[in-house]
Amino acid sequence: MTAKSLFEKVWDAHVVEPEGADKPAVIYIDLHLVHEVTSPQAFSELDARGLKVRRPDRTFATLDHSIPTLRPDADGNRPYVTAQAKTQVETLEANAAKNGVRLFGYDAENRGVVHVIGPEMGLTQPGFTVVCGDSHTSTHGAFGCIAFGIGTSEVGHVLATQCLAQRKPKTMRINITGKLQPGVTGKDVALTVIATLGFSGGTGYALEYAGPVIEALDMEGRMTVCNLSIEAGARCGMIAPDQKTVEWLRGRQYVPQGAAFDEAAKGWLSLASDAGAVFDKEITIDGSAIEPMATWGTSPDQGAAIAKGVPMPQGEDDERALKYMNFTGGEKREAEKVDVVFIGSCTNGRMADLRAAAAIMKGRKVAEGVRALIVPGSEWVRVEAEKEGLHEIFLEAGAEWRLPGCSMCIAMNGDFVLPGQLAVSTSNRNFEGRQGPGSRTVLASPATAAASAIAGHVADPRQFMALEEA
Amino acid sequence: MSNQEPVNTFSSRIVVLPEANIDTDQIIPARFLTTTTKAGLGKVAFNDWRYNADGSNKPHILNTIDPTEHRVLVGGNNFGCGSSREHAPWALMDYGFKAVISTEIADIFKSNCLKNGLLPIVVDKAVHDKLLANPQQRVSIDLESNSLTLEDGTVITFQIEAFARQCLLEGVDAMGWLLKRLPDIEQFEKTNGKAA
Repeated sequence: MTAKSLFEKVWDAHVVEPEGADKPAVIYIDLHLVHEVTSPQAFSELDARGLKVRRPDRTFATLDHSIPTLRPDADGNRPYVTAQAKTQVETLEANAAKNGVRLFGYDAENRGVVHVIGPEMGLTQPGFTVVCGDSHTSTHGAFGCIAFGIGTSEVGHVLATQCLAQRKPKTMRINITGKLQPGVTGKDVALTVIATLGFSGGTGYALEYAGPVIEALDMEGRMTVCNLSIEAGARCGMIAPDQKTVEWLRGRQYVPQGAAFDEAAKGWLSLASDAGAVFDKEITIDGSAIEPMATWGTSPDQGAAIAKGVPMPQGEDDERALKYMNFTGGEKREAEKVDVVFIGSCTNGRMADLRAAAAIMKGRKVAEGVRALIVPGSEWVRVEAEKEGLHEIFLEAGAEWRLPGCSMCIAMNGDFVLPGQLAVSTSNRNFEGRQGPGSRTVLASPATAAASAIAGHVADPRQFMALEEA
Repeated sequence: MSNQEPVNTFSSRIVVLPEANIDTDQIIPARFLTTTTKAGLGKVAFNDWRYNADGSNKPHILNTIDPTEHRVLVGGNNFGCGSSREHAPWALMDYGFKAVISTEIADIFKSNCLKNGLLPIVVDKAVHDKLLANPQQRVSIDLESNSLTLEDGTVITFQIEAFARQCLLEGVDAMGWLLKRLPDIEQFEKTNGKAA
């Protein structure tokens, strides 16, 4: 039998009609996640054709992008940024009800950021194809899924047929060797991978992350790594399921239960790339050399080890990015005074992320003049964090503790960074104006973001960890 | 889109935005994504490049040209990177563009363009340099022959994925194409234990 990669195994199992020179493959979609922003026009298209959602049992919706993260007032009114945002949420509520689609709305204990709740509830299962009208759908690849973002037209295709017309991408394996140093996280691995590949180095590829560093990461770290695949241009990034994946999923709401779970797990564990599987491209990164990272420019590949400071520009793109960021190149990170710290998002809004931030913030204060916003990725994360008392650590440090949502990552719900302000964010994009018009974003791990909130400048988190060990 | 207008041949002046990595947040900032329709997004295309915070115009080329005369956008390398928002091609088309040219065009954006009839054309650096060197020029695009003709007479053959090209040329509706396969899809579900 031909040796197959993880990607090929999952792809081949979902081909309804094979690809030809003049036509793409028809690929079956196991799980379709829907949110309020990229779905209304797709539902309208179904309405115009007199169609209903074909498989509501494979379609799940949540509210995350446009919703306020502030609590409702005494009368239950939510502080929407605009009337249009409220209309958008109500449109999804109506579309879900009309089509029998399960919506995790305000009353649900599982509402949250789409890529946080999918795995959390066990909707995401190894070997699945997962799509969503959101480019960070690659997150679910951490469970050995082919998971990728689609546009609204394709959201309509999946709602109507549970299938997509797709060309098979090329494959690239990224081997990360060695062992991470203490204080280095999945986010630092991801930012290193993106800096290595470049902003478009993954375009046209499905990535597989492999090697001892990936095996040693917890599931949250793996999700962070897969989440950021799109920031190197790859629609999809995946990791082979292992025993850690199986144990993480065991007992979750939507996975098979009891003996059926163990039976399913056997299949999941057979998905790993065969020895001898061939990839269109393979690269190796020395994981032992990775240090806490922070971006310095306006694309996620413009990142460097914090200890190395801001690099000198190499060409026009760098110069333009540095100018926007109000850096010159060559400065130390201590020179970067921070105005805002945002901890949350589909990249880093999970329990492990909040615990890492809390470990740094515990017993310390957010520096004067810094606004720190902590936004749990889901209601489940919020409740768990409150049970552990993490919210008290954040509040005592002087940070804000919000309700779940995408919040300041995409800055469309009223949470935003003011013009000219510098934000250290655990999110995924540092594009010009991403966090609000004129905002300047430094991407980093939750530990680095927390350390920067305390220090008041972009800070290597290990200085606070060393203090704790002493 | 359900009633796709066939796309084939047209000629137009270009507009050059030479910056590399023009991402979807530049093309349409996220705060304009609370809409529930596709209409009218051209006025917020490149909003933060075109307008000051008070809504007044910046001296940006997209505020000075006549969009009906400039249907081809030439962007820097890696155009359309970032999010999956189809609002990006909707905004560009509503502004007036019919084609986008770059040395590299991001995957999801490209797929979204093709679904809406906005032609994503990838050219090599030499051709890109010629477009940037003469940003006033008129070009011709012929999808039937997959050719782009520059003002100096240079003719380039570009690639558009075969099925998407057929959809554009013949006005084939991609959702309809999938709907025709429902019997096969049902069979696949039964065979693979995925039936409802």
